[in-house]
Amino acid sequence: MAEKIDLQEIEVWDGNYAAAQAMRQAQIDVVAAYPITPSTPIVEGYASFMADGYIDGEFVMVESEHAAMSGCVGAAAAGGRVATATSSQGFALMVEVLYQASGMRLPIVLNVANRALAAPLNVRGDHSDMYLGRDSGWVQIDAFNAQEVYDMNLCAFRVGEHHDIRLPVMVHQDGFVTSHTAQNVCPLSDDNAYKFIGEYKPMDELLDFSRPVTHGAQTEEDWHYEHKARQHKALMDARPVIESVFAEFEKVSGRKYKRVESYMVEDAEVIIVALGSTVESARLAAQQLRDEEGIKAGVVGPRVIRPFPFDAIRDALENCKAIGAMDRSCPGGALGMLFNEVSAAVYATAKRPLVTNYIYGLGGRDLAIVDIKAIFRELKANADAGKITTQIQQFIGLRGPKLGFFETREGK
Amino acid sequence: MAFNYDNYLRVDKMPTLWCWGCGDGVILKSFIRAIDELGYNKDDMCVVSGIGCSGRFSSYIDCNTVHTTHGRTIAFATGIKLANPDKKVFCIAGDGDALAIGGNHTIHGCRRNIDLNFILINNFIYGLTNSQTSPTTPKGFWTVTMQKGNIDPTFDACKLAIAAGASFVGRESVTDPKKIEKLFIKGFQHKGFSFFDIFSNCHINLGRKNKMANAMENLDWIDSIIVSKTKFDKMSEEEREGLFPTGVLHHDENAPEYSDMYEQVRLAHQGKRKNITAADFAKKA
Repeated sequence: MAEKIDLQEIEVWDGNYAAAQAMRQAQIDVVAAYPITPSTPIVEGYASFMADGYIDGEFVMVESEHAAMSGCVGAAAAGGRVATATSSQGFALMVEVLYQASGMRLPIVLNVANRALAAPLNVRGDHSDMYLGRDSGWVQIDAFNAQEVYDMNLCAFRVGEHHDIRLPVMVHQDGFVTSHTAQNVCPLSDDNAYKFIGEYKPMDELLDFSRPVTHGAQTEEDWHYEHKARQHKALMDARPVIESVFAEFEKVSGRKYKRVESYMVEDAEVIIVALGSTVESARLAAQQLRDEEGIKAGVVGPRVIRPFPFDAIRDALENCKAIGAMDRSCPGGALGMLFNEVSAAVYATAKRPLVTNYIYGLGGRDLAIVDIKAIFRELKANADAGKITTQIQQFIGLRGPKLGFFETREGK
Repeated sequence: MAFNYDNYLRVDKMPTLWCWGCGDGVILKSFIRAIDELGYNKDDMCVVSGIGCSGRFSSYIDCNTVHTTHGRTIAFATGIKLANPDKKVFCIAGDGDALAIGGNHTIHGCRRNIDLNFILINNFIYGLTNSQTSPTTPKGFWTVTMQKGNIDPTFDACKLAIAAGASFVGRESVTDPKKIEKLFIKGFQHKGFSFFDIFSNCHINLGRKNKMANAMENLDWIDSIIVSKTKFDKMSEEEREGLFPTGVLHHDENAPEYSDMYEQVRLAHQGKRKNITAADFAKKA
């Protein structure tokens, strides 16, 4: 039996170490992994725990991320509790197998320290990898800081392994800004963490020799459609499960999480919707603008990206006048993912707030509080004018001439 | 007069990102001296690198270069060579890059015997990501993923390349840069897949926990595991244990080269020759 670690009430961990500690406490059966910046220290930390006798499960370093996720799929199909971590190009290489994991309904926890995708080669943070996997059928949870990385990892096992869901779960954190920044983290004790996650009870596992099963069998036009529809239904059904897991987690930790995290939205005229550590920066900017300039600013951060919290986003945004949807991924000839999905949610409201799209922070470019304040002021100008006064999509913090796309009917 | 490397380097990219005492710079300089000796025009060369410390090659060499994805140098380079059969194409990859994530491409590059020059910078570890077990990490070594000692069997990259069909295979180490230069000169002139296994040091991420935390100790260890092919051939099986032969280990000048054969396919499609048969591959006298 593995040794336990007597954790302090407050530990100083970065996001990577927080993920490694949560993985240790989950008593995982198999971790198959491959190193990549900036997620490497997650598995490095896990390997240290293993070497020091804190882990009973298996750990294997394989020859590529494709092999890592394939190993995870095999172990999960066999009936084990499974997790790994990756970033960027590694995530891209895993994509083929991500669809295997969700299609076979295998609960695997994947920590993603979000990083830009090449070319040009870049190891810094943005959300390109997150966006690449958005339709992969995984539950996707976003952590804005190291504490949340820890908390969301514990919740991820509960959500994914729930017998009504049985889907793999990603926990995203910003590469470097979250993954490598030491912060205060309040962990649960080893006993309480494991008690919360619970023993894994697999279904249809390959190691049940009394009842042989096949995973991933070929289906064509006869049954493929039904499988994929049910997979989507399972993902949609995860919404109440996530809420109940969050409610139970509050009981053991005192920390309250929602599918959409709203900050000062009740009376907000202008709201920024963002992901990752930007949510925390935007909260600070919103508070300062309220104090200094009287602008009623608010912030909305989707905690759960998939299943998309259409209802909760709509509820959070329906009473404001102007929204800035912040996308930290090169939009590739379209409006940003967050813009499109936020717009869809508020389109079904009576007031239909104005939505504009801000592209920012690609490849680790910093987004300062002053930049966010400028966006809020621009949103305020839109709210006052009752129309979008700029182009719909703008690139923020870009060197050289201002860059924007997509005109309103008025040609602005 | 000292050799002037600046003609072949992007001097604005200096100093390199490589650690103090890294062997990568020794290999880069040997590479430059070799192409200078051969009189290659920089415009006729393409350097393709993958991911890892070795991937920086494409940033420092002042010719046509492509910085590609992890393990895929040969896949990219195959396209470059087939489109430009008259150009000199060089791949630079590390042991993790070439033998783990890109192992399949390495095998098939060798098998096709396409005229690429493949330089494996073999430092026995994933250096850039800080010390994970690679396919060449010796058994029993400490790595972050095997902290109680590595149990993974170790690849002999040259044996792999020879078995897979590479027609020129050689090994040298950064402890003798002049020999690397000579091996490069010989191999670059060879038409076919030229595979260079160059042992290099990573005292930072291999050495630090394996009792060779400075470059000299790491180089001494490399010296202790290599022996010239001439001597190696005279050794008994027992004496060879744990040793790697250096020099030209395999050289087949008659193996058909892929770009040449591909040209024959083109001619056949154009009706300018008969279909390709087994006779086209018969051993030349």
